Amino acid sequence: MIDFGYTIRKERLIDYDKNDKRVLEHLKAHEPSVLTCIACGSCTATCSAGQFVDFNIRLVQTLLRRGEIEPLKAEMQKCMLCGKCILVCPRGVNMRNMILAIQTATDKLK
Amino acid sequence: MRDPNNLDSSGKTVIIIGGGVAGMTAASRLADLGEQVILIEQEEEIGGHLLNWDRLFPNRRPGYEVLDSLRDALTNSVEIRCSETVSTVIPQSSGFQVILQSEESLFCDALLLATGFDLFDATKKEEYGYGIYENVITSADLEMMFRSGRPITTSRGKVPERVGFVHCVGSRDEKVGNLYCSKVCCVTGVKQAIEIKEQLPQAELFGFYMDLRMYDRHFEEMYYEAQQKWDINFLRGRVSECAENQDQSIVLKIEDTLTSRPLKITVDLLVLLVGFVPKPETLRLASLLEIPVGDDRFLEPLDEHTRFNHTGRPGIFLAGTNKGPLTISNTIADASAAAIQLHHYLQTINETHP
Ligand code: SF4
Ligand code: SF4
Ligand code: SF4
Repeated sequence: MIDFGYTIRKERLIDYDKNDKRVLEHLKAHEPSVLTCIACGSCTATCSAGQFVDFNIRLVQTLLRRGEIEPLKAEMQKCMLCGKCILVCPRGVNMRNMILAIQTATDKLK
Repeated sequence: MRDPNNLDSSGKTVIIIGGGVAGMTAASRLADLGEQVILIEQEEEIGGHLLNWDRLFPNRRPGYEVLDSLRDALTNSVEIRCSETVSTVIPQSSGFQVILQSEESLFCDALLLATGFDLFDATKKEEYGYGIYENVITSADLEMMFRSGRPITTSRGKVPERVGFVHCVGSRDEKVGNLYCSKVCCVTGVKQAIEIKEQLPQAELFGFYMDLRMYDRHFEEMYYEAQQKWDINFLRGRVSECAENQDQSIVLKIEDTLTSRPLKITVDLLVLLVGFVPKPETLRLASLLEIPVGDDRFLEPLDEHTRFNHTGRPGIFLAGTNKGPLTISNTIADASAAAIQLHHYLQTINETHP
């Protein structure tokens, strides 16, 4: 076989088969409202912290679903738990509790 | 039972509540099938929401063409009662006694509820500023502007350079208690954006959407045309809030979910694509007639797939958008089906009560 030299760089790839879904499972059990997110971005648009720092609460949820745990850990520190995102969510996702549950779950994994 | 309202008739009598697209359609079909129809409309004129719509998707034909064809199909066997509402319905040994607001009493062999829908009241989404900011309007307001024939301007007569459309206003939103999709607002928004572009080729147009639901025939092609021919922009994100600038333009906050970054954009005119909500009058009649109502507060037919015009109550039928959002074409199809089912029912009672 001819080797064209194409490989997918590991850090570019979401390896869904190998990713760790334990945090997601914890969330499904403890804050099941995350299941209903439609990725509309209202939370991110309105987020108090996101106005000042590189923080995207909608993206946090998407990463969580894909089992991309590593980038999540640093993100958790940026939320101010103000709850504005919850006020605008059209699906009633409880993001404050979601953040706390992610923290609990990632702490357990350590 | 002979028709007590009209002793000369051989057909049975059907009272249709609601003179919009569904009511008009069913009335003419039933009349064609030999039945007597009394069409009760609460407004001064029959026509429903179609009276207020300038052009229709997907082909932008004038709304009055469809309205005229539905109205013209109403024959002499259809008695139209405008500015009337039903105050109560009393079941009889066969058929129903219907008492109107005017205290007049009518008798019929069967009832058809074609009560339609209301548009979502956009003032309920305060964060979008309808009724507060003068350049925030609804899709219905924009249709009235089109209908008036006046050029599209901002509230103070300026030609808008940038116009935004907010999708899903009052739909797909648990904060207002409406989880359902209203089905027609996506295509309405695309149609209206094209119509603005036709008038104002220099204007920049934006649709702010979560999903574009172009599900029916010719809809996707219209979306394609909006991009290819009219250069209309679609930005994926739900508007989270609006504010008014000193010059009355509107600044929006949204996440551009495709770049994952918060985005700020100023528009001169903002159009809210308002969805369908059930009419309070429908809910009142439903509770009076013991017709089940779904979690979405639209009426539940006997069977969603196979008996979609029937209720659990013999002689009471449903047609149109009191069962949920529908396009005009689908409403006409649904009301035509209702007329056939009703006619069949009337023939069955003919056999049992000759
Ligand atoms: S609770 Fe956290 S994520 Fe939500 S708006 Fe406040 S800072 Fe942003
Ligand atoms: S506002 Fe709610 S539905 Fe929208 S992206 Fe955020 S969590 Fe998901
Ligand atoms: S048709 Fe489009 S705009 Fe209307 S509720 Fe559905 S997704 Fe939203």
